[in-house]
Amino acid sequence: MSPRPKRPRKVSNPPPIAGMKPYGGNEPAGDGDPVFLEYEEYEAIRLCDHEGLNHVQASFLMNVSRPTLTRIYASARQKVAEALVVGKQLIIEGGKVYFDSEWHHCAACRCYFNHPEKQQAVEACPLCGSRAVSPFDAHPDSLGQEEAVDSPDDEPENRGRRPCGEPGRPRRRQRRIRQQKQVRDEDSNHQYGRDS
Amino acid sequence: MKTAITSTGETPDSKLDQRFGRCAWFIIYDRETGATEAVANPGREALEGAGPAAVQLVASKGVRQIVSGEFGIKIKSLVDSLGIQMIILKESEKTVREVMDLLKNQ
Repeated sequence: MSPRPKRPRKVSNPPPIAGMKPYGGNEPAGDGDPVFLEYEEYEAIRLCDHEGLNHVQASFLMNVSRPTLTRIYASARQKVAEALVVGKQLIIEGGKVYFDSEWHHCAACRCYFNHPEKQQAVEACPLCGSRAVSPFDAHPDSLGQEEAVDSPDDEPENRGRRPCGEPGRPRRRQRRIRQQKQVRDEDSNHQYGRDS
Repeated sequence: MKTAITSTGETPDSKLDQRFGRCAWFIIYDRETGATEAVANPGREALEGAGPAAVQLVASKGVRQIVSGEFGIKIKSLVDSLGIQMIILKESEKTVREVMDLLKNQ
């Protein structure tokens, strides 16, 4: 049986650098095996250590469960520690992630917008210039709401093509196939007069 | 700054198109000069990959903002990585001209 697919982790801010090199050691920098820090691990460190969020909050922002976030975070700490202690080069790459910036909502023109210039704070709505903007975070209360806004279902190209890990699509389909099969079986049972 | 607005028609008086990848036209509005340009969406009838193709098209025009009713999941990460701002406006009754006026009056 194949393992359950990984849920894609949401990364709000991609790292500003591709990695880090040690200096001042005995060996020239960048020699030896590098440590590969995955994007999701970088994001976990950013949220938990840099932003100071707890694991529950961070897990909502990354769209994974709290235990998963804790596992990602533990692995990230392990890798960063190894790079630091052994003096290895750190490369940030890989991981099952998708990028999504933080969304904001404008109360004046009722639009939603994202914010690609992450360094600058959001002050005004890009559409109407109103200052009545508020962050539209994926915290537990608005999670369902955001799904509704973001729902790609109406766009034909996305129909039936959610990345694995999006809520229950494949399973629902399997269930449907199973139900159809059952119905078919029952039909054939009736044909042969065997009532179950 | 250039803004692409998804439109159901060629003129700015047409209504906003609620889809991005399969909208009929893009009206590209330059906020500094006030110029508009209508670009037909070649991926309108495409079976798949309409969204990424549309992103390529608007990105090649130097657009920094896109106004549309919604964006698919493939497009979001792509647009995000290009540093283009997405604005979701779920009002199908608004015309492109009204959106342009909003942008102008900031």
